[in-house]
Amino acid sequence: MTDDDELLREFLLESSENLNQLDRDFVALEKNPTDRALIGAIFRSVHTIKGTSGFFGYGKLESLTHAGESLLCRLRDGMMVNDAEITSALLAMVDGVRRILASIEENGTEGDEDHGPMIADLARIMQAREGGPVDANPARAVAATIPPLVPSPVRVSVIPRRASIGPAAASLHPRGGSLLPRGASIAPKLTAPVVPKLVMPPDPDHVVPAPKPAVVPVPPPPPVEASVEKDEHVAPKTAVADATIRVDVGLLDRVMNLVGELVLARNQIMQFGASSKDASFVNASQRLNLLTTELQEGVMKTRMQPIGNVWSKFPRVVRDLALACGKRVTLELDGPETELDRTIIEAIKDPLTHAVRNAVDHGLETPEKRRAAGKSEVGTLLLRAYHEGGQVNIEVSDDGGGLDLARIRARALERGLVTADRATRMSDREVADLVFHPGFSTAEKVSNVSGRGVGMDVVKTNIEKIGGTVDLGSRPGHGTTLKIKIPLTLAIIPALIVTCVAALPGGGETTNRFAIPQVNLLELVRLEGAQARRGIESIHGTTVYRLRGNLLPLVFLPKALELGAVERETDVVNIVVLQADDRQFGLVVDGILDTEEIVVKPLGKELKGITSFAGATIMGDGRVALILDVLGIAQRANVVSGARERALVDKNAHAKREAEAKEALLVFQVGHDTRMATPLSMVARLEEIAVDAVERAAGRDVVQYRGEILPLIALGAEIMGEARKSHEKPLQVIVYTERGRSVGFVVEQILDVVEESVVVKNRGAREGILGSLVVQGKVTDLLDVHGVIRRVDPTFFDHEAA
Amino acid sequence: MNAAIKREASRTRQLCTFVLADLHFGIEVTNVQEVIRYQEMTAVPLASAVVRGLINLRGQIVTAIDMRARLGFPERSSADLPMNVVIRTTDGIVSLLVDEIGDVVEVDERSYERAPETLATRCRDLVPGVYKVDGPLLLLLDAERIAALGTTAGRKVDPS
Repeated sequence: MTDDDELLREFLLESSENLNQLDRDFVALEKNPTDRALIGAIFRSVHTIKGTSGFFGYGKLESLTHAGESLLCRLRDGMMVNDAEITSALLAMVDGVRRILASIEENGTEGDEDHGPMIADLARIMQAREGGPVDANPARAVAATIPPLVPSPVRVSVIPRRASIGPAAASLHPRGGSLLPRGASIAPKLTAPVVPKLVMPPDPDHVVPAPKPAVVPVPPPPPVEASVEKDEHVAPKTAVADATIRVDVGLLDRVMNLVGELVLARNQIMQFGASSKDASFVNASQRLNLLTTELQEGVMKTRMQPIGNVWSKFPRVVRDLALACGKRVTLELDGPETELDRTIIEAIKDPLTHAVRNAVDHGLETPEKRRAAGKSEVGTLLLRAYHEGGQVNIEVSDDGGGLDLARIRARALERGLVTADRATRMSDREVADLVFHPGFSTAEKVSNVSGRGVGMDVVKTNIEKIGGTVDLGSRPGHGTTLKIKIPLTLAIIPALIVTCVAALPGGGETTNRFAIPQVNLLELVRLEGAQARRGIESIHGTTVYRLRGNLLPLVFLPKALELGAVERETDVVNIVVLQADDRQFGLVVDGILDTEEIVVKPLGKELKGITSFAGATIMGDGRVALILDVLGIAQRANVVSGARERALVDKNAHAKREAEAKEALLVFQVGHDTRMATPLSMVARLEEIAVDAVERAAGRDVVQYRGEILPLIALGAEIMGEARKSHEKPLQVIVYTERGRSVGFVVEQILDVVEESVVVKNRGAREGILGSLVVQGKVTDLLDVHGVIRRVDPTFFDHEAA
Repeated sequence: MNAAIKREASRTRQLCTFVLADLHFGIEVTNVQEVIRYQEMTAVPLASAVVRGLINLRGQIVTAIDMRARLGFPERSSADLPMNVVIRTTDGIVSLLVDEIGDVVEVDERSYERAPETLATRCRDLVPGVYKVDGPLLLLLDAERIAALGTTAGRKVDPS
């Protein structure tokens, strides 16, 4: 009876989705225990499963869901409030239901598991919370406790296949027990709320009479009681459901392959079209071209899925894990709409799950530890996903304690993964990478959460298998971040075709074609004659080209591929500016052809080790051309650092950038010829004061300034021990004010105000100096404002001005 | 002499044969997908010298391995065009470049003898044994081993 099989399949599929949604909903409910809409949605889902299980005659399933439903009823009616224990019990029920469904799918039976304990647990909770007697026996309890209404249609829908439901509903006979959920009918997926024509009697034993065949949408029974759930809650759901359909994945893959082959054929036709004089043929081929491109784009889209689909399981995973580890965790998801190819999603599911578990188990500290460290007791786990530079970036970060590098080093030594000598010489980055070594784990005990030491290396392997990279960064005390980068390898990509002339071993030369993925392409530069000679320079053995002021390292393709160099009389230099992993370089090629859409075909295993090639493709003329792996070429030519160094470079670059943040500095001369500087932000005013305005007070030079007495500090004398050069010229004074009190620094000459990046070297070499830096190409000392003031007047900062 | 083989009941197998440097080789016929004439190849820079290039086999890109180079024989003259024996291995399809294609012959297991120790190592890896048939000796080729090329040039340089 294929109708029944179809029904069952739909039931299993839809229930599986419902269960996943329940996972999320329960976790959300735990956070918002009084969210009535949420409770309502949960109740409906469980009720639906229960109802349909009765329909199919799955007694165990029915009993189990009934127990959960009873509990939910209490929650829904406000007689109980949700808490962690209830949530855990209900989630356990969800898992139990999953197991039954799995068994049904496998062999049609509900399995041997005894749900008595689980049901008893649910009953116990109800009793404990409420104090009232609970009937654990479903059969009798049903009529009494379950309101005889079904606000939501049973979603096991027969309808999409045939117009009339009536015969279908009537022909399915009860298998033990009542046919349908009490008082319900099988209703179709509605596109709009339909005014109910039938009023269902709330009689548990009443079998629904078959509606007349002509009535296509059988309306749901109206609520007998005025209850919270309304049909409006249901309708929008079904409207969305109608806009999507389920497609077999194998079918999609076949269509994709066919489109791939179509692209090849299209390319061939285009070649003919290019050389054809037949206008109508050219037109037709253009049209074919357009259609094929659009078709290809559409098919590509079918394979893309938002990463949120993978993430949707994590709220529950994190909740359960946090509970098990005694930690408190908030999960943040940033970028769930980021789309990835299906195959990539499949490949990263497990690695991501493991990374998440790791973060909760090892990364985040217990609430006590966090409190002691001055952090909030609730740790944060952040998942981020975004597209960048032709790659998908996925980050798993926690604000825990960071990697304990010392412990990792020690453990690696213990396990013999590194020699003692190597261990001491390893950089922090290399120590962090040890975590990816097979068999490594610093967990004190192997819990069944993680710590078996087989995790991170599998994560790395799986990611690298799909051409991605993994990086582990950490800030001691602040947290750890796992960064995953995966190239968006789609089977058909636009690429620039370039040529390279090579010498043949037997004499003569040949022109090779190579494809460069457009995603790596920044621009094309063509240099001729004198331009070419001048523009290309050699610095420290590296050939570079000055592109708009920036130095672009050059890689000569024939050299990179070790093709025999050919002496060529040519004035023209073609540079393809490429980007690999945040670094740019120029690839010098002999000729540049068109941009084409090519089908990426993988190279055989025997060639996989060659990092310069990403694959191969068949050109329009039927010949094979290799696709260049831009990153591979760059690494091999040492134009970008290797994968391991990458993050370190990033970090350094970032640190450099931070340090290089420019600041406005006031540069002045002190003493005879010493240059000093202080941040302009420290300067209140610059004044010129006549020598005879200076008076003595309390053993110090002061001057009357703007209604108050401004103490003067002669920096030349104070710091350099040098007396002033001239005693007649007006004094140059830098006024510094803090908390209402001012001081005037007397300097020889104000030189300039510049914007410089403050990279201080040589800290604290002298009193009064914070350090030295290079300003305008000259060594300049940074004035230690506070230090000097305190030296002259230790009490300066003690008083506040009136 | 392997007595065990002699004692075995007479078994036969079918081998697809070809000629390489005047020697006759055979591969288990079930491993051979097809045999085709010379195909234009695209060279693969940085690959091992054994890889002559890539061929377009009805839309599939197949690596062509020069069997002369693989077995350490001198290069064929540029005037001679090799033929393709396309074989299946667990890792995929690979094409073997040979001098001439022979027939499919049926050989008796009793005529099998293990390769002598004196055979060059390179050959011995790929040629586990020979069949003593009427005519020249038939060298058995191990299809799986052929495609395992070991190190290839261009492997990622470890920055450490």
